[in-house]
Amino acid sequence: MADKIVLEIPRYSPERDVKPHFEEFEVPVHKEWVVLDALNYIKDQVDGSLTYRWSCRMGICGSCGMMVDGEPKLSCATFLSSYSRNGNKLRVEPLRYFPIIRDLVTELSDFLVKLKAVKPWLIRQEEPPLSEGEFLQTPEQLEQYKQYSMCINCTLCYAACPVVGLDPVFVGPAAIALAQRYNQDSRDQGAGDRMAVLAHPEGIWGCTFVGECTRVCPKHVDPAGAIQQYKLKAALDWVKSFVTPLGRKNTDVRREAAND
Amino acid sequence: MFAVKQPTTKVLPLYQEFHPRWYRPRVSVYWWLGQWQYLKFILREISSVFVAVFVVITLLQLRALRAGPEAYARFQHWLQSPIALAINGISLFFVLFHTITWFNLAPRAMAVRFRGKRLPEILIAAPNYVVWALVSAGVTWLVLR
Amino acid sequence: MDASSHDVLLVGGGGAGLRAAIAAAEVNPKLSIAVVSKVYPMRSHTVSAEGGAAGVVKGDDSLDEHAYDTISGGDWLCDQDAVEAFVKEAPQELLQLERWGCPWSREPDGHIAVRAFGGMKRRRTWFAADKTGFHMLHTLFQTTLKFDPITRYDEWFVTKLLVDDGRVDGVVAIELMSGKIQAITAKAVILCTGGCGRVFPFTTNANIKNGDGMALAYRAGASLKDMEFVQYHPTGLPFTGILITEAARAEGGYLLNKDGYRYLQDYNLGKPQPNPVMRSMELGPRDRLSQAFVMEDQKGRTLATPYGSVVHLDLRHLGEKIINSKLPFVRELCLKYQNLDPVKELIPVRPVVHYMMGGVSTDMNGATPLAGLYAAGEVACVSINGANRLGSNSLSECLVFGARAGKAAALYAAEQKAADDKAMAQANDERKRLEAQFLHKQGGRERVATIREQMQKAIEKSAGIYREETSLAEGANKLFELQERYQDIVLDDRSRTFNTELEGALELGFMLDVAESIVQCALHRTESRGAHQRTDFPARDDENFLAHSLVFRKPDGSSRVEYLPVKVTRWAPGERVYGEQAPESPQQIPQAVPAGRAG
Ligand SMILES: Cc1cc2nc3c(=O)[nH]c(=O)nc-3n(C[C@H](O)[C@H](O)[C@H](O)COP(=O)(O)OP(=O)(O)OC[C@H]3O[C@@H](n4cnc5c(N)ncnc54)[C@H](O)[C@@H]3O)c2cc1C
Ligand code: FES
Repeated sequence: MADKIVLEIPRYSPERDVKPHFEEFEVPVHKEWVVLDALNYIKDQVDGSLTYRWSCRMGICGSCGMMVDGEPKLSCATFLSSYSRNGNKLRVEPLRYFPIIRDLVTELSDFLVKLKAVKPWLIRQEEPPLSEGEFLQTPEQLEQYKQYSMCINCTLCYAACPVVGLDPVFVGPAAIALAQRYNQDSRDQGAGDRMAVLAHPEGIWGCTFVGECTRVCPKHVDPAGAIQQYKLKAALDWVKSFVTPLGRKNTDVRREAAND
Repeated sequence: MFAVKQPTTKVLPLYQEFHPRWYRPRVSVYWWLGQWQYLKFILREISSVFVAVFVVITLLQLRALRAGPEAYARFQHWLQSPIALAINGISLFFVLFHTITWFNLAPRAMAVRFRGKRLPEILIAAPNYVVWALVSAGVTWLVLR
Repeated sequence: MDASSHDVLLVGGGGAGLRAAIAAAEVNPKLSIAVVSKVYPMRSHTVSAEGGAAGVVKGDDSLDEHAYDTISGGDWLCDQDAVEAFVKEAPQELLQLERWGCPWSREPDGHIAVRAFGGMKRRRTWFAADKTGFHMLHTLFQTTLKFDPITRYDEWFVTKLLVDDGRVDGVVAIELMSGKIQAITAKAVILCTGGCGRVFPFTTNANIKNGDGMALAYRAGASLKDMEFVQYHPTGLPFTGILITEAARAEGGYLLNKDGYRYLQDYNLGKPQPNPVMRSMELGPRDRLSQAFVMEDQKGRTLATPYGSVVHLDLRHLGEKIINSKLPFVRELCLKYQNLDPVKELIPVRPVVHYMMGGVSTDMNGATPLAGLYAAGEVACVSINGANRLGSNSLSECLVFGARAGKAAALYAAEQKAADDKAMAQANDERKRLEAQFLHKQGGRERVATIREQMQKAIEKSAGIYREETSLAEGANKLFELQERYQDIVLDDRSRTFNTELEGALELGFMLDVAESIVQCALHRTESRGAHQRTDFPARDDENFLAHSLVFRKPDGSSRVEYLPVKVTRWAPGERVYGEQAPESPQQIPQAVPAGRAG
């Protein structure tokens, strides 16, 4: 017989509640079950109104982020058994610092606005015709930005970042890492445009380097690193703009180099 | 339209059908107490105050030096008082904490690449410690010789 | 009732949907384009594809060879004109994605790298490490952000197509966050809703793959094509259904039965060699390998587990170094989800439902016979996949036919007038239906989960890897019964806000229709071809069935099956031979087959 564990889940419905209240559900623990399996068990067998997001169940679509025992986790990649001793309780809550729509579902439109704000697409001065073939990019150049391209937009890093909590206008870890993903791409010429958006108190300078975003990232993207490197670049650009009047044009110089 | 009892009709004053009201949890003033990583972060931030304390003590020392041997002796005497010892002890702790946490974070902020591969973190953190050790040794030698 | 209006409306924000949206925006920047998706677009299941996307780029390859591999792999059920267009445009589409920033893996000199793939005679599969679908989808999504004419309806669930007089005028959709049910009208609608793996109990497909678009089109009067062809991938992890890539076998992995014997040699798939041989043994096609598993199971030579019988995939002889360098993700998945290390242990695997060859019947531009309705991606059947899809063709298919449908719909929409009030009236009716049937319903006894489970069991039993008349007929009866019981469904959740139980109930309704069409098509096709194997009709019958099944919905809800001849241009139907034709000195798979999960 399988062990059991009690999940404590905050329930909130705007139609019924003013604020969330906890409900408890006892679920069996099978050794192959992840936290998401337990939620599905509740939804299918006990209470069909339990509300949460999920899709791929293989840690790649980014839907199922939750606070599991106080930590931001992908619930499809977190084994139930790692929290179970018989009779134990496990808290599963919506991701921290986000407005809550219902139960475990957080509001994401603000996050999407931030993603778009950093211009996460390849910016080119001019576009040669397709017939000229691919832009060449060596494996080393690919390596430069590879890590930052791994983000699945699960928003665990936002739930880990106290700056996001204290200052909701902060662009946040994933979006800045995504900007770096394009900045570091040898095919891109838009670093200057993005710097204009991000060298800002609500952009990179908002970050106080808590470093939690990197620790909780399930895909090892290291947003904290991306932001600090961005700061370094911004600071150097600023210094250069004093040292040489050409300094400000620094990014344009890079563009020309990229065109060669 | 439908005479059926439905949850949506016994609305709370705040809920308007089709206009969900999001619940916005408030961040507690004590958010940093709940988790060791956050506490560590706050301690690291606070540590800068104690770096400043060290600087102030050094400035006071300089002032005492300028004011003559008597003042300097008084200052040295004060340094031996329990309060001064405590302040210095705590400051030392925080300054060490400050140094070590920042050195450990250095690899994050600097992505040094060698032949296309990012250098391992230890190779970036270690030189900081080496320089620290060398400078400390130099200072020790200067002071104790 | 609220309504909004656009020129071109995409249902679905996966690979096909986003590609179509960009194509439409590029054809005519003045058009207003809507992307309606029940999940945020970057969560679409394209994200999980790993192996790669096929397109001829290298000098030793040719379009004809890609076409031939595809057609023979599909057991000659592909429309050859569509395949020819597909292989010609695939490389351009993949290149276009490169221009938009897709991080394709590279050769040392900076050119695109390609890998070998099952059923492909040449290396032509572009890949982005072992996360091709993920990188393609995020690149497409991020690129759409710069197109202002594209409006997104994120987390809107489409429940119905608005049809007036044989013309599609838009959709009715629920905004999940608010529960608002409203019409979104459009001059052209493109369905890009992906596959329907969740009809089956054990699948690599995400929770969102419920055949919504197939059912929407079917209910609106369009026909579904070749629905009996469901691809089983031979190597899924038991319980989770997570896929273990074909590359694991391309690297030299063995499939072993419970006695440690490479059983594929008993099924006309060649003689075992220590090293992998193209088109032989473990590198045979997916349909044949999955069928061999069933035979082996019937002989009692598999292992029983709580999650069904398994055989073993043995990678141990490859050694830690090869596994780490070529198959890192396989190792990660095994460690993370199966708690075992393939370096030292055998991996339990079993066939798993993976891909739907059939779908909404379209022409080469994605157009359906209903004016204004288009379809592209896994939801559609063009048909390039025939009776068995080759791995890595479907991502390219999403791009090629997504772009074609986007362009065609944009051109069509520019000529049309806006929808009239009739659409509004229909939308209002749909809202009332949803309220009466679910949200305000009184009585009812059935739970969504119960009916879903029974449907999945029924279809696996009747339309699994092997089918025959009696079990199919039983399945059809069971599905009929479940359709009845579906009317008696009761929801725990009656609220407007983010009602996922309502969504689940509607998806179940779609799946029941799709399941029925699968069983009906399988029942009528009395031959065996590719992924459709009838034990009572074990031979291929080109005389009668070199034709696509077309299934229509009759006004009373039952179905009617018709046939449409396959288009043959240059490749006369031939025999699919594997294994025994392996060359004297076995041709070895080049050692550079890179890592990753295949699709
Ligand atoms: C594990 C796995 C690995 C694979 N690997 C490969 C591979 O290596 N190579 C390859 O070529 N193929 C592979 N495939 C197949 C390929 O990934 C899919 O066929 C393809 O991605 C389908 O894309 P799509 O755009 O048609 O649909 P999807 O990406 O599934 O998108 C469907 C979209 O429709 C929306 N939608 C659905 N219903 C509704 C509704 N009712 N209302 C509103 N929106 C709706 C969804 O929100 C989603 O945005 C793999 C498949 C799987 C499952
Ligand atoms: S369900 Fe996709 S990441 Fe968890």
